Amino acid sequence: MFDVEKVREDFPILKRKIDGKPLIFLDSASTSQKPMRVINAIKEYYEMYNANPHRSLYKLCEEATEMYEDARKKVAKFINAKHPEEIIFVRNTNEAMNLIAHSFALPKLHNPSEIILSVMEHHANIVPWQYVRDNNGTSLKFIDIKNDGTLDLEQLNLNHNVKIVSLTHASNVLGTINPVKEISKIIHENGSLFVVDGAQSVPHMPIDVQDIGCDFLAFSGHKMLAPMNIGVLYGRKELLEDMEPFMLGSDMIKEVTLEEATWNDVPWKFEAGTPNVEGAVGLSAAIDYLNNLGMDNVRKHEKEITSYALEKLSGIDEAKIYGPTDTDIRGGVISFNLSGIHSHDLATILDDFGIAIRSGHHCAMPLMKRLRIPAAARASFYVYTMKSEVDALFNALEKSKAVFSV
Amino acid sequence: MYNELILDHFRYPQNAGRLENPDVMHKESNVLCGDVVEIQLKFNGEKKISDAKFTGNGCAISQSSTDILLNNIKGKTSVDIKNLDKDFILKLLGIEISHMRLKCALLPLIALKIAVSKNKYLS
Repeated sequence: MFDVEKVREDFPILKRKIDGKPLIFLDSASTSQKPMRVINAIKEYYEMYNANPHRSLYKLCEEATEMYEDARKKVAKFINAKHPEEIIFVRNTNEAMNLIAHSFALPKLHNPSEIILSVMEHHANIVPWQYVRDNNGTSLKFIDIKNDGTLDLEQLNLNHNVKIVSLTHASNVLGTINPVKEISKIIHENGSLFVVDGAQSVPHMPIDVQDIGCDFLAFSGHKMLAPMNIGVLYGRKELLEDMEPFMLGSDMIKEVTLEEATWNDVPWKFEAGTPNVEGAVGLSAAIDYLNNLGMDNVRKHEKEITSYALEKLSGIDEAKIYGPTDTDIRGGVISFNLSGIHSHDLATILDDFGIAIRSGHHCAMPLMKRLRIPAAARASFYVYTMKSEVDALFNALEKSKAVFSV
Repeated sequence: MYNELILDHFRYPQNAGRLENPDVMHKESNVLCGDVVEIQLKFNGEKKISDAKFTGNGCAISQSSTDILLNNIKGKTSVDIKNLDKDFILKLLGIEISHMRLKCALLPLIALKIAVSKNKYLS
């Protein structure tokens, strides 16, 4: 049984007051708050086990190495990867995308290769590919969205030149959950590779990479209760083995002479330098916490909150809400504008009520342009979000309208 | 941050509109926010600003800051404008502006300075 009140007790920051008012944190799509279990795991790591993994023979190092590699195994199991070696620790989704771009796309693709993205992508899933295009003559194509905020898959024009299709699983602006399993099938029938940006999906719903059938999946720890600066790139082992590292230096080598170096095995050849053990340990604890709640329950809770919020907010005449209304294909993200009030003004006023929302372009400027808006306000939900917080948002929006006389 | 002064100038701007034959104009935008202001200026024979108008859209801070600024530049020369700084704006607004919103408040000052710099005959 999912008990949100009980969940909230695990998050110390939720007891914080903002200028005397309780914090109402509705910006989990930017970053999530952390439960004690994660905070304690990091504390315990530094109090008991800290050492530089993979390097030395003493006990501490052995333990730190084991904790780091156990975290990898836990991540693999969490997304049902076939092998732990398919999990590369990176800083975040953005770095994961750069890794694929630099280690796969840049050296392996060339004119007339094509990469297909969509207009709903986050900058992290656009800019690295633009760099690839500009440096090896690959062309970029974009799938548009339909008016309801879903992908217009009729525009997925595959031909034998299309080598990579890289799409978000869940939009950080529209909330749209894309049918990645179906898309994966179509893409693979064409012989192309499928990259999935899971930054907004892995924290919020059960994920099975083998079931989806994607070739790569990227996501960030900090959006799923773990610390910042630990993220994951999942890649099919055969692909990873055939890729060159793009970060070079220590730990990613087998042997170095003054003349040359040979690479370590997958996944370590992609993890140059001292790794983020603290982050991996925190991610591992976060996965334990989420598994304890059950990812099905997490999804169910967010779906309920999202339905409730959609219903509430659509009762405000001045509110324009973006994205699908069907919560079966929508995650816990609601972007909106109140006519007559810029989203930055809205966010500043809501802050006076202790309510934290995001405003601006959400690192999705092409999507803003497509929606013909300069910016939007966004409320996003997670395991600790209560219906009463949605009520507080609603009431604060009504008050904002009064401030601006709209 | 939203006192009556800011809201009044946002709702009922006194300098909104276009000049018939502006000597110079400049449009400046804050790409990250989507705030836009275009300032139009007219100078008199003494090389002083005789009239100023603006058009724009965006947040209340950027738009009211523009309107309030234009209320306070008539009679100023290009050199006067060049010497205006952040504190001048903040004093006019009379509110505390968070670091994140400062760029909204300063957008008109940037637009104004560039507009003035376009005035080849008067600088």
